[in-house]
Amino acid sequence: MKKHLNTLFVTTEGAYLRKEGQAVVVRVEKQTRLRVPLHNLDGIVCFGRVGCSPALMASCAKGNVSISFLNPYGGFLAAVTGFSPGNVLLRRQQYRAADAADSTLAIAKEIVAGKIANSRSVLLRAARDISAPDAQEQLQRAARRMANDVTMARNETSLDALRGREGESAATYFQVFSSMISPQATGFAFTTRSRRPPLDPLNALLSFLYSMLTHDARSACEAAGLDAAVGFLHRDRPGRPGLALDLIEEFRAFLVDRLTLSLINRRQIQSSDFEITQSGAVLLKDKPRKTVLAAYQKRKQATITHPFLDEKTTIGLLIHLQARLLARHLRGDLDAYPPFLWR
Amino acid sequence: MISMSYTDDELLPISALQHLVFCERQCALIHIERLWADNALTVDGHLLHKKAHDNSHELIDGVRVARSLWLVSRRLGLVGQADIVELHRDGSVVPVEYKRGKPKRDRSDEIQLCAQALCLEEQLETSIDRGFLFYGKRKRRTAVAIDASLRDQTGAVIARLRNMIDRQQTPTATRQPKCENCSLIDLCLPDGQRFRNGVAAWNQRQFAVAAGDDAPLTDSYDFLSAEAN
Repeated sequence: MKKHLNTLFVTTEGAYLRKEGQAVVVRVEKQTRLRVPLHNLDGIVCFGRVGCSPALMASCAKGNVSISFLNPYGGFLAAVTGFSPGNVLLRRQQYRAADAADSTLAIAKEIVAGKIANSRSVLLRAARDISAPDAQEQLQRAARRMANDVTMARNETSLDALRGREGESAATYFQVFSSMISPQATGFAFTTRSRRPPLDPLNALLSFLYSMLTHDARSACEAAGLDAAVGFLHRDRPGRPGLALDLIEEFRAFLVDRLTLSLINRRQIQSSDFEITQSGAVLLKDKPRKTVLAAYQKRKQATITHPFLDEKTTIGLLIHLQARLLARHLRGDLDAYPPFLWR
Repeated sequence: MISMSYTDDELLPISALQHLVFCERQCALIHIERLWADNALTVDGHLLHKKAHDNSHELIDGVRVARSLWLVSRRLGLVGQADIVELHRDGSVVPVEYKRGKPKRDRSDEIQLCAQALCLEEQLETSIDRGFLFYGKRKRRTAVAIDASLRDQTGAVIARLRNMIDRQQTPTATRQPKCENCSLIDLCLPDGQRFRNGVAAWNQRQFAVAAGDDAPLTDSYDFLSAEAN
């Protein structure tokens, strides 16, 4: 597992994916456009009207290659999953832990504290590298408030209080978010976080990348033998991948927010790359979507040392390692869940 | 004496014996937690066995050679497959197991072969006094005597396996040099065990550092640069 596995993103409407030998072949208008060996893949993400042969789906399910079908804007529609009978014992452990108030709170606390710590690391890093003194001051002030949130989150005695703490901390973080946006990046002023639907380009970009991250987290849960639907911080809700959403908390700021800032500050993505639908929802256009996916994929290939395992790995594999560490904690191998902390 | 007879659901794979001898935790991860991962070594071994397992029977120099024969012992509660079983004219039965590489330091291959012999003895109501191991690197057979000492050892490993599966408990990992060759290393995470009973304390220390005012230095990814590429 030392090697970084790739995700195949299929964005061409009308593309058809099928299995040929041990490879996946992408066909568009009866022409073969791409051939990738299955063993190099970790997941396949299909946007919009993309078809897929049953043989490929079966093979992917067997080989732990996740296939997700999303609408053109990254909204989740369906995933292909195989049997996972062997993991029934681990899943039972997961359900028991999720049903018990104390173990749920213990895991959720580490996740929230990890999320806040990583968000404030992003602010501190920006404050260090930024030249404008007032922006610097704002970021540092928010980071100081959030330092308190980290400590408080770990001392909360109920899930509701913990969720409240998380909300407050997120508000502090997003209040100063626009201080990290370059003045040259016009049309990306941050007002407030809007999700359903995103109401401005920045929110559209964040939401799109969070859904890519959720796809990865879902695969990581499945690969580690966990049930992606049963979370600790996130309440159960039909159709919601609660555990995958739990796992992405530590990575939102570290991976997605920084990538988003980088894309707009470098003007790789501009406000003209979005369209406003009649309902007011703001959506990323087709071509820039490819730019974003390529940047996300490239970022996942960068290496980093895992703080807990003290091992070199790629950023894309971090979420898999976290899923495994969580599984090992649920199994009783580790006395607590060690969240990913960006240091 | 009551004769034990295991039911279908209680049968354990013969291959688990080898996993147990190699590493108890690996055995538990595979057979209790049902985790599996391939690496170059396992894929190589799989290909080797695919060749041996073509389900054919043929007569070679008066010896009937059966490939990929299903083995079962109700008494021992084992199930598995033999690469090759030779049925000689004189009534003797000889199991042959294919292995990649060369003979190991431990007796795990002999124990696996012996377990196969024990199944065959029960199934064919015969007695077996020898088998062969064929090593890919050596490209020749090594004779193995199915004697009392090997039978005792095999019995002990079967008992240990049965005990572990009954308890459904995965032993703790300990980092060892052989971990490097194990395809399950990334699922096992033996280094995580360095922090066994200490993750809570580790988290405490990390968060204390994380609540300080130092910006992370671990990657040089610049997300603020306004320069166009």
